[in-house]
Amino acid sequence: MSVTKSEVRPGVYYDSVVLMQLQRKLAALPGVEDAGVVMATPANLELLADSDLLEAAGKAARPEDLLIVVRAGSEGEASDALAQVDELLKQRSSGGGNQAFRPRSLAAGVKNLPAAEWVLISVPGRYAAKVAHEALDNGKHVFLYSDNVELEDEIALKQRGAELGLLVMGPDCGTAIINGVGLGFANRVRRGPIGLVGASGTGLQAVTVGIHNYGGGVSQAIGTGGRDLKAEVGAASMLQGLRYLAADESTQVIVLISKPPDEATAAHLLSEAQTAGKPVVVCFIGFAAPAEQIGNVHFSNGLDSAARIAVGLSNGAISPPTIERRGDYLRGLFSGGTLAYEALNGLQNFLHPIYSNVAIRSSQKMADPLHSQAHTIIDLGEDVFTVGRLHPMMENNLRLRRLKQEVEDSETGLVLLDVVLGEGSHADPAGELAAAIASHRKARPDIEFVALVVGTDEDPQNTDEQIAKLEAAGARIFRETTMAVDYIAARLAAAPSAAGKALRPFSEPLAAINVGVESFFDSLKAQGADAVQVDWRPPAGGNEALASILEKMKGK
Amino acid sequence: MIDITKANQTAVSRMMEARPILKGVALAKDVIPDMKPNLLLHAGPPIEWARMSGPLRGAVIGALLFEGLAKNEQEAVALVEKGEIEFAPCHHHDTVGPMAGVTSSSMMVYILENETHGNKAYSNLNEGYGKVLRYGAFSEEVIAKLRWMNDSMGPLLAKAIEASGGIDIRALLSESLHMGDEGHNRNKAGSIIYTAKLAPWIAKVAADNDMESEVLKALGDNALSVLNPVMAACKAMSASAHGIEGSTMVTTMARNGTDFGMRVSGLGDQWFTAPAEVPDGLYFPSFTSKDANPDIGDSTITETAGIGAFAMAAAPAIVTFVSGTPQDALNATLEMYEITIAEHSHFTIPQLEFRGTPTGIDIRKVVELGITPRVNTGIAHREAGVGQVGAGLVRPPMKIFEDALVAYAERYKL
Repeated sequence: MSVTKSEVRPGVYYDSVVLMQLQRKLAALPGVEDAGVVMATPANLELLADSDLLEAAGKAARPEDLLIVVRAGSEGEASDALAQVDELLKQRSSGGGNQAFRPRSLAAGVKNLPAAEWVLISVPGRYAAKVAHEALDNGKHVFLYSDNVELEDEIALKQRGAELGLLVMGPDCGTAIINGVGLGFANRVRRGPIGLVGASGTGLQAVTVGIHNYGGGVSQAIGTGGRDLKAEVGAASMLQGLRYLAADESTQVIVLISKPPDEATAAHLLSEAQTAGKPVVVCFIGFAAPAEQIGNVHFSNGLDSAARIAVGLSNGAISPPTIERRGDYLRGLFSGGTLAYEALNGLQNFLHPIYSNVAIRSSQKMADPLHSQAHTIIDLGEDVFTVGRLHPMMENNLRLRRLKQEVEDSETGLVLLDVVLGEGSHADPAGELAAAIASHRKARPDIEFVALVVGTDEDPQNTDEQIAKLEAAGARIFRETTMAVDYIAARLAAAPSAAGKALRPFSEPLAAINVGVESFFDSLKAQGADAVQVDWRPPAGGNEALASILEKMKGK
Repeated sequence: MIDITKANQTAVSRMMEARPILKGVALAKDVIPDMKPNLLLHAGPPIEWARMSGPLRGAVIGALLFEGLAKNEQEAVALVEKGEIEFAPCHHHDTVGPMAGVTSSSMMVYILENETHGNKAYSNLNEGYGKVLRYGAFSEEVIAKLRWMNDSMGPLLAKAIEASGGIDIRALLSESLHMGDEGHNRNKAGSIIYTAKLAPWIAKVAADNDMESEVLKALGDNALSVLNPVMAACKAMSASAHGIEGSTMVTTMARNGTDFGMRVSGLGDQWFTAPAEVPDGLYFPSFTSKDANPDIGDSTITETAGIGAFAMAAAPAIVTFVSGTPQDALNATLEMYEITIAEHSHFTIPQLEFRGTPTGIDIRKVVELGITPRVNTGIAHREAGVGQVGAGLVRPPMKIFEDALVAYAERYKL
């Protein structure tokens, strides 16, 4: 036999929704068959009557009274239920909770965190480029973790990024540390004056860890994705990163990390590195470094040594002097074969394209040794030139004629000559060469002349006098090949490409929108960064037909 | 070459610039275009008698009794089954009605006029709570209440509104959204404002004190008294945005208790329909979701116009319908920004630093993101005449948005 019990609370007001919730909770209590919680208006009393919930106490209630009714299996269960009303009213709803809104679209994410300058993308590769373009549209730097992105998409993204002053790290970029906050997979390392750009995530991790363990610290660690240094991509991201770090006041030493790059790309990168105005440690694993150091560029042969060199440099960092650049091409006219080869070996890392009749790489072979093209280094002692005549170390005519030919070429910007003194050589090579230089400089004052003089103070030509003649004609003198290489590389290395604005600054504190893998969001939050998680789904739920219609409607 | 972005901007701007003014109350047959004695208007997309749900059938019977076309339920059903009665969606006659939405030629209706674009919209008078026609009840007391509304309250409201010179419903909504209303399920503040605005004029034009008192009580006791003018206002706003070539903006969402229907600005008068779902919500004493009828009513015109569930953040008092906390209310509105074209220039939400409400549903965004519009709604009992059994949240079926997108691609040869 069920028992119906009521409680009337005069003059108590609750919103009807609260009452409905209370009623649901009461009805769920043990032994309770039904419950009603209403303001005792006539309409509500009628409802209760229909449900067999109205008895004497309820009937007597007035419209401004709160009426609570339970029907239970026993008197005790009904009383127990009524006794819990206050407790139940206090209970907060269990559903929903206070989780902040999670947008589904990047657009909404941007709106919710306008301060975000970064978008982390880890959606499936086939969708990633589209999301990345949308991030660029919104003026955000991109950390693109997704892989399986087409190469053409990478090129297009990086081109747009360069035009907009936005960085595109990736695709397939696993690691970065921006303003002390790790993106993707990154170690917790102290902040400091060493900035890195790496085309390898684990490479970046290894070097940043090394820097930390050697007592140094990291300003920024910028990832580029593994394909950035391929010829097609042209190190677009690494160049951006390098320029950013060069201009960044909190960075004193720069480290570049990659597998061996494409040669033209390497030349471009190294020539840019020379103009950084601060030491640059280059760690291209497996790359045949021309020297331990050329100017401000240091070559390391491993990840650990890169970290060690960088920390050493950052402890006593002195900015090397910057040399004013000029454009145009080098024409090196050598009498000594090995000198030509050594110069080429050094300069090929900075000047591209470079050709020679003593080519080190097959791509450097001259189509016609009688005509220079782009940067050219010629050994005039080669057979093709010396058949039927004296070697250019003894006889200057050949070189003087070729010199005239180069000066008449409007593309020539710098001429390098070697002057090898000693027994057997011409008695006064500088005399004839200096006269030619002086006269050419009248016609082409824009051409710079550099001479590499090899000789001792005991040589018969009198080295000091030889040098004095050349200097008087306006030539710059070096006594050793790598010094000349340093100077020429700095002078002629490709000017910064016109395309591409300076990167928009990375503001502190870092704020980011994470699209995809949630652990990246958790990790951002754990590091104290402001972040929004976008619960991304494939467009139109993955329905290709609908997605293709949507695609056609885009931009309309 | 169509410019969807521009078309949508035009559509949403027109909807927001529309300024619906409550101009009067009159008999449906005198004001609703093409209204006639044997025509019954109903909520939602077109539907024939055989497919009508319980509450809609009940309301049809009630309206025939009210019109005197039948003497009892049996006669009414017979009349319908003989094919003597025509049915049409309210929306085909510039009209909207809550729940069953059944409107017949002798019923008093509100007249809303959009002063910006000149179009008009209509809605019946709100009956209050309990046993009411809009939930399919047709007992004698229901018909008696309708008669009182038609014979006493209606004419008095007509005079009072005329004397007032008109009531700006857009301004009223702007204000009530700052007072805890969302304009669909919660209209407490709006109804108080409405009553307060009319009270002096009612006092002025009422024939006697008893009449004045009765009407003021009916308005004041009913937290939904302003719902019908609000719905007609939303209809006037969205109608002014309909028919913009190339626009992907939704201009109608409505349910008839069987189907959920939608129309799109740039897709003419074509309805996109799919079976209506049962709302998820809280139930009155002794009812459960088993008692619930599938979603019904034209009141989704509020969400279409950028209020209702879209303005949920403004109405924390009813967040429990959504699931619990004020944060959920904020999240509900934030979610709707994802699928809308604009933020309303007149309806703002204090809780979101006075951001405009999310306005103008873009079918493209709905399909792309997989987010359907939220709708706050009352829940009707599945049987005629029982009435409201709860209130809660429902969403339209995704299929109607997908169908509309495909139709758009065909229509515009994409």
